[in-house]
Amino acid sequence: MAQRDVTPALAAEFGLKPDEYALVLEIMGRTPSLTELGIFSVMWSEHCSYKSSKVWLKTLPTKAPWVIQGPGENAGVIDIGDGQAAIFKMESHNHPSFIEPYQGAATGVGGIMRDVFTMGARPVANMNALRFGAPSHPKTRHLVNGVVAGIGGYGNCMGVPTVGGETNFHKAYNGNILVNAMTVGLADTDKIFYSAAAGIGFPVVYVGSKTGRDGIHGATMASTEFTEESEEKRPTVQVGDPFTEKLLLEACLELMREDAIVAIQDMGAAGLTSSSVEMCSKGGLGMVMDLDAVPQREENMDPYEIMLSESQERMLMILKPGSEERARAIFHKWELDFAVIGTLNDSGRLVITMHGGKVYADMEVAPLVDKAPEYKRPWEPTPAQPEIDAASVSLPGSVIDALKVLVACPDVASKRWIWEQYDSQVMGDTIARSGEADAALVRVHGTKKALAITTDVSPRYCQNDPVRGGMQAVVEAWRNISAAGGLPLAITDNMNFGNPEKPRIMGQFVGACQGMSEACIALDFPVVSGNVSLYNETEGTGILPTPAIGGVGILADASRHARIALDRDGLVLIAIGGKGAHVGASLYLRELHGREDGAPPAIDLKAERRNGELVRKAIEDGLVTVCHDVADGGLLVTIAEMCMAGKRGASLTLSDLGAGALFGEDQSRYVVAVTADTAETLLRRCGEAGVPAERIGTSGGVELTLAGAGAISVNELATLNEGWLPDYMSGKAA
Amino acid sequence: MRAAVIVFPGSNCDRDLAVALERSTGKPPVMVWHGDSELPDVDFIGIPGGFSYGDYLRCGAIAANSPIMRAVKQKAEAGVAVLGVCNGFQVLVETGLLPGALLRNASLKFACRDVRLSVESSDSVFTRRYNAGDVLTIPVAHHDGNYFIDDDGLKRLEDNGQVAFRYVEDTNPNGSLGNIAGVFDAKRRVLGLMPHPERVTEALVGGTDGKALFDSLVESL
Repeated sequence: MAQRDVTPALAAEFGLKPDEYALVLEIMGRTPSLTELGIFSVMWSEHCSYKSSKVWLKTLPTKAPWVIQGPGENAGVIDIGDGQAAIFKMESHNHPSFIEPYQGAATGVGGIMRDVFTMGARPVANMNALRFGAPSHPKTRHLVNGVVAGIGGYGNCMGVPTVGGETNFHKAYNGNILVNAMTVGLADTDKIFYSAAAGIGFPVVYVGSKTGRDGIHGATMASTEFTEESEEKRPTVQVGDPFTEKLLLEACLELMREDAIVAIQDMGAAGLTSSSVEMCSKGGLGMVMDLDAVPQREENMDPYEIMLSESQERMLMILKPGSEERARAIFHKWELDFAVIGTLNDSGRLVITMHGGKVYADMEVAPLVDKAPEYKRPWEPTPAQPEIDAASVSLPGSVIDALKVLVACPDVASKRWIWEQYDSQVMGDTIARSGEADAALVRVHGTKKALAITTDVSPRYCQNDPVRGGMQAVVEAWRNISAAGGLPLAITDNMNFGNPEKPRIMGQFVGACQGMSEACIALDFPVVSGNVSLYNETEGTGILPTPAIGGVGILADASRHARIALDRDGLVLIAIGGKGAHVGASLYLRELHGREDGAPPAIDLKAERRNGELVRKAIEDGLVTVCHDVADGGLLVTIAEMCMAGKRGASLTLSDLGAGALFGEDQSRYVVAVTADTAETLLRRCGEAGVPAERIGTSGGVELTLAGAGAISVNELATLNEGWLPDYMSGKAA
Repeated sequence: MRAAVIVFPGSNCDRDLAVALERSTGKPPVMVWHGDSELPDVDFIGIPGGFSYGDYLRCGAIAANSPIMRAVKQKAEAGVAVLGVCNGFQVLVETGLLPGALLRNASLKFACRDVRLSVESSDSVFTRRYNAGDVLTIPVAHHDGNYFIDDDGLKRLEDNGQVAFRYVEDTNPNGSLGNIAGVFDAKRRVLGLMPHPERVTEALVGGTDGKALFDSLVESL
């Protein structure tokens, strides 16, 4: 780009507020160069600095005996026993995916996988949490199509299975879709790599793809609201090359088997800038980088462009002196660029030279991180909504008609059209996709253990009560892992909210953090990594608050797990955790009465833990192999899903046929199906533990029958449930 | 049986194929890098699934011109059994070791799902542990698996009994001509198929319907 004069106006264009720019001038003691201004602006962007959220993120519980690394590194690390660790994180790529859905989603997947293998882990599972606008919105179909193809295009080529996730539709996302991607990897606990630079005089090495002009100022773009002109920001979206990332993965893991790497950091948001600054900052060191040595894809790039490029599939490493040639040979074998671009020193300064040694930036590292603005933004709590009496919103028609509406509504309808575009089985360890079991189950390769993985949040709850909604998201993840037979260990959080400068929005963020914290503490389920995406607003309209939670747990014996399918006739269905009554903010209320109001269900964290532990123990002991938690749509939808998965009917006898009992979304509940003999044992265990449990029916036949309220064939349910999304995508349904 | 698995940059089912082979043979296969020009002395060569060289051009087209594929071709001509799964099938078609072509799926979308496959012939080193007419459940996961061949070629395939597997029960996932899922060469020593038998060799992860293919090789070679 043409050389531009650094002025307050340019600083504002780069996203720095006047007082932030004043601080830059104070730190530098002079007007910064263009390159320096660029570095400040991305390092202090909301996306990189977490300036609005940090003060609240610090309140989240992050510790447990099994946590090896909490937030602050490329990803979180937990001990899964036998000298192995699970390394995972979830990250958003919302803004780019709206502007260019295929590449935005693809590079989101690429970025999160890089975060995980940077730490020495081989990625073993991908998940995603997607929110789109109303199906009737003219852009939704195009966005669904592009995002799904992009996720598949990248993950499939990488050879990492995409094992599950969730997809919702709501008009609040019309102008801001959410694409949250999660990766889980496995490493040996003594082979984990961190990003803190160390070793004065040690070489700074660049590996991977060449640097181009794509993605310049992507982090800044992701830190503002959308306007009508946002689609003109397409050049800020990066272009993914999964083939190169596959090579980068194999080359990095090959080099990591040797004793050569001191520190390593992927180049994600803000590329070479944030990777070099973060490595120096964590190590308390300085660095001189000569950008002439950076592999470049385009001609005549200037230092500003090279430092701010977000070209994908790149890594920065500090190597032990003397290991350069061995490392170079590995990267050349994988046909990747390898360049020594600088050295570490003890100056505490980042010095950037180019064009034969000309200095383009010379700045202290520490203030870029430590003096980054940190705002305690004003916030106001979300007004409480009234509890809604289920009797006041009785069924508009028959029970069966209501069930038909719910199984076919966009949030419950089968997402087969989506997940069949993802390779869910490559690597040969997928025991269950999420949907087959409440959590995806992926065996730890070469062992009898398995990881249980889930992503959860109910934005409609968060909208009406952020505290309960945040709590419910954590609890739902914990419950899903338990329902599959896993011991929940830790979470990653992906906090998607609107403009934090509005007290109402900031109040949603604060409330969600409060609810999450409470649940994390009560369930010993700490946060080990995460990502914040703010400014998800267009023309002043924000998204529903969406703190997406990615949970990871462990099964000691993978063969002892539970799936949702009613897989045999004659099983006894038992409802665990009590009867439903709560319809506020429920799917029933929205889909049958067109209302989105009301308090979401309250959560008794003690009961949650007690019920979940009982169910998990029953699965571990081999008593239970069929289990599904009661969630969206309540008890009857839960059982309908079990019937559809097992292609088998059930006969139910319920004492209460009211809307609350059938469709209420009260928490901490499960439906299990067991043999008649086992039913006695299980009910006795429930009685001893003080867990409410009740026989509600038996499996068998081709219909779901509800005594006193009619019946429907499982085939018809499945047709409704399977039909909506493919019909919608082909233009047949709205 | 001594087995080798070819690894291209972008292969991603190489480990899965190696694990499935080891499960039947009891020993790990030799992994051979694409840039090598010679193969060890083996009885069987597997070409795994994945995205060789990124498959940014026609799938398998670049791999077909790699140094190692010249060696694979020589071994195949000398009678060594060769199996190509998914991308491996695409590579074998591109090298000319198998007839036909694999077009983009009729849906234009990647498809990962279980299909039902009928075993068309048990008279091969790959299928002797099956019975002709057996129907198997095996997953596919591909974007370009729509088998096509001209009329004369199709007649030759059918007349010579070179169709190894067909999609049945309306599960054709890609629009393949004649529901063809896998084909042999004329001597039935080379097999290419889009479904992934290596993914179904163990009950806990998907089933065991593919295991007999590897057991057949062990019995034959």
